[in-house]
Amino acid sequence: MENKIKFILNGEEVEVLCSPVKRLLDVLRDDFNLSGAKEGCGKGECGACSVLIDGKLINSCLYPAQMAEGKEVLTIEGLKKSRIFEILSESFIDAGAVQCGFCTPGMIMASYALLRKNPNPTEEDIREGLSGNLCRCTGYNMIIEAVKMAAKRGEGLW
Amino acid sequence: MKEVKKSIPKIDGIGLLKGRPAYTMDFAAKDSLVIKILRSPHAFARIKNIDTKKAEYLPNVKCVLTYKNVPRNIVTRAGQGYPEPSPHDKFILDEYVRYIGDEVAVVAAEDEETALKALKLIEVEYEVLEPVLDFEKAEGHKSIIHPEKECHEMFPIGFNPTKNIAAEYNMHYGDVDEVLKGCEYVVKKTYYTHAQAHVTMEPHCSYSYMDIHGRINIISSTQTPYHVRRIVAEALGIPIEKIRVVKPRIGGGYGGKQALHGEFYTALITSITGRPSKLEYTRQEVFESSYTRHPMKIDVTMGADKEGNIKAIDMHILSNTGAYAEHALTVFMVAGSKTLPLYNKAEAVRFGGKVVYTNHTPAGAYRGYGAIQGNFALESTVDELSKMCNMDPVDFRAKNMIREKETSPIFRIMGEGTEGVDMIVESCKLDYCLDRAKEICGYEYKKKNNKSSDKVRGIGCAIAMQGSGIPAIDMGSALIKLNDQGFFNLLVGATDIGTGSDTILAQIAAEGIGVGVDKIIVYSSDTDLTPFDCGAYASSTTYVSGNAVRKAALKMRDMIIEEGAKQLGCSAMDIEFDGNMIKTKDGKEITLKELSTNLFYSKNQKQLISCESFCGEVSPPPFLTAFAEVEVDTKTGKVDLVDYTVVVDCGTPINPALARVQVEGGIVQGIGMTLFEDVKYAENGKLLNSSFLTYRIPTRMDIGKINVEFAESYDPTGPYGAKSVGEIGIDTPPAAIANAIYNAVGVRITKLPIKAEDILKALKEKEK
Repeated sequence: MENKIKFILNGEEVEVLCSPVKRLLDVLRDDFNLSGAKEGCGKGECGACSVLIDGKLINSCLYPAQMAEGKEVLTIEGLKKSRIFEILSESFIDAGAVQCGFCTPGMIMASYALLRKNPNPTEEDIREGLSGNLCRCTGYNMIIEAVKMAAKRGEGLW
Repeated sequence: MKEVKKSIPKIDGIGLLKGRPAYTMDFAAKDSLVIKILRSPHAFARIKNIDTKKAEYLPNVKCVLTYKNVPRNIVTRAGQGYPEPSPHDKFILDEYVRYIGDEVAVVAAEDEETALKALKLIEVEYEVLEPVLDFEKAEGHKSIIHPEKECHEMFPIGFNPTKNIAAEYNMHYGDVDEVLKGCEYVVKKTYYTHAQAHVTMEPHCSYSYMDIHGRINIISSTQTPYHVRRIVAEALGIPIEKIRVVKPRIGGGYGGKQALHGEFYTALITSITGRPSKLEYTRQEVFESSYTRHPMKIDVTMGADKEGNIKAIDMHILSNTGAYAEHALTVFMVAGSKTLPLYNKAEAVRFGGKVVYTNHTPAGAYRGYGAIQGNFALESTVDELSKMCNMDPVDFRAKNMIREKETSPIFRIMGEGTEGVDMIVESCKLDYCLDRAKEICGYEYKKKNNKSSDKVRGIGCAIAMQGSGIPAIDMGSALIKLNDQGFFNLLVGATDIGTGSDTILAQIAAEGIGVGVDKIIVYSSDTDLTPFDCGAYASSTTYVSGNAVRKAALKMRDMIIEEGAKQLGCSAMDIEFDGNMIKTKDGKEITLKELSTNLFYSKNQKQLISCESFCGEVSPPPFLTAFAEVEVDTKTGKVDLVDYTVVVDCGTPINPALARVQVEGGIVQGIGMTLFEDVKYAENGKLLNSSFLTYRIPTRMDIGKINVEFAESYDPTGPYGAKSVGEIGIDTPPAAIANAIYNAVGVRITKLPIKAEDILKALKEKEK
């Protein structure tokens, strides 16, 4: 069974014909050629597929496409046109927080979700806010520094 | 040094941040066949009958492979140099399955759903055999895991499959038994290490397509594209020139992608069907069916004289390589060769043991590569011996450890699978590293912490060494070409697996030529287009590939000067080149931009290309000292890591920020192995931790403060003084944390991972 599903993807109204239980991650990657969200585990445990749905951080590998009906989906490809992305990406680059890069788009989405909710996070808040996003390369120090930096640089933007 | 010893951002950083297509699966064609693998539910069995008809009849199934219809060429998937030090013991598919998760059959279908459905329609009748699940009982077990007549070693490695022995090695210098007899203090301990998983965020994956010439192009998440080309050709029995391997961006390797994983299957399906095909492991497959760190049992005996001089070390190891012997001998040898030279004043050293097969997930290469196992045993024992000698463990190390301009007989005796090479340690700042790390972490004060409350703090030390490539074996090469308007292509076989090696090699090239790094365009790891490189393993890229790049860059600089001289009508001796302007002393000049454009279009037309190779005569070790501070809850046995401080001597850090991430990332993986990453098997041999939920790698919530500093150091054989930095960070956490726990509560944990219940049990026994 296939359904027509309409939602707002990165600010544009889109429609896709697919099984209602197709994973949003596959819809993004296969139907819209968006490679930013990655599959690390397929079980909602690593955060590499993180996107925002109506402003909330979601693992797109666990999210059935039908549930996106009428909602706003934001991926790294949508975020990257914004000033917010500029600040986040510059902070990640300056802190040296990008290593193999596989977890990075998800980490950026999680950082954005955190800063939206809490524009002045403490180190503890950042640790907790990003604890759903696994990274095996960096040891996390640089990522924490990057988020601290971004919080400061983007004051008033979040 | 203008371009090196400088923290520039990773050249691919911004593209990765934006989520641009970069990784293997991002490039798979939409019409690719999807490959799925039927895996063994038994730890050891023979396939009596396998019926694939129903699966083949399923619409949209294109191809089903079993051991009956694939080429039968025995290979090793290890992904090492040639001849390979790992025994050849693996077929593409075989009638025997040797662990739960081993390959039984391969299905290629138009979509994933169909492929999964087809797997369920394959009927297999197994003759279930008694598995070997306890590696201490593997030798001489009545079940022979590799009964096939084709399995063999390429040179003597002690391979004896009839006894389930994958490799055996023994060495000694001096008379260990005699020297131990004369020692005032002797410690004897046994340690166990476990099968840590790599947990790269990107699962293993491979994609193949056939090009217009009928050649198989493999895009793979691999650390070793050239070895993949060679081994796929060998396994499939097709000419090597029919294969091209390209490595795009890689989502983490840590040794886990040195060996081959899905490449046989995508290459074979594409060559049979002519269709593009892709295989991406599920996370469960990554855990169960790739490979792990080698679990080891390590017996160490160490003796010292009255004055606290280490006189003799005896290290005996039993290593478990699981179902296939990838890296069996070499990982085992590194447990000695990258630890024992730390205490080079010992008069007698003995090292040896065996590597056995079992019916578990295979073990293979993993960052640290034996050194972390050996370090846990050696550095824990050193602490014990220092206590016997009534010496502070840090002072004891300072008294006995290797120093600059010294050597160790181990360097000559033990290589990786073969003899080693003699070597003087030209750069060794261990003494500085020890003093500085002590100072940063406040060792003198913290070791005497109050030990009487419920939550007790303690501090422990460990030192470590690694290598920089495999000397006389590992080769890397680099090709630089000058383009019009004065920019350069740097082509390297070196394999950036997320470490940032493309970036640091660009920095080395820029430094050598004398231009800015923005003028260097890097293209790496394409077996058709880039010159050979053994691949990203054995801490080799900065040192081996980096030296090749430096040589090629200096040659390019000379070529520019020579051509500039011709265009200016003078001798090359009279030319100065500042990276932009080529000038004579008497005022004639031409810019690099003009020169290079002239060379293409208008004067002395030619393409300038320099290509150089490097194979190390030595392998200068990086060194590291670490201090772990822990808090042990004596009521529950729980350990919190409060602080981890290291000071590293990696020679010149070409890019200090990237070097720091390498060290910090290594430390956290080492901490994971020590405190979090438990491996459990069911009675039938099934791995029970095959998800992130059950196999817990550290999150940022789990780890206290990490401090990393670098020592000023310069190795004369390294590119601009650099040594390696990729592996050394992982080596110390097991020993440093175990030593800190001992300092806190006086119990010695000898088995990894360190669990609260083991500490509690030890505390109870101590009370008795």
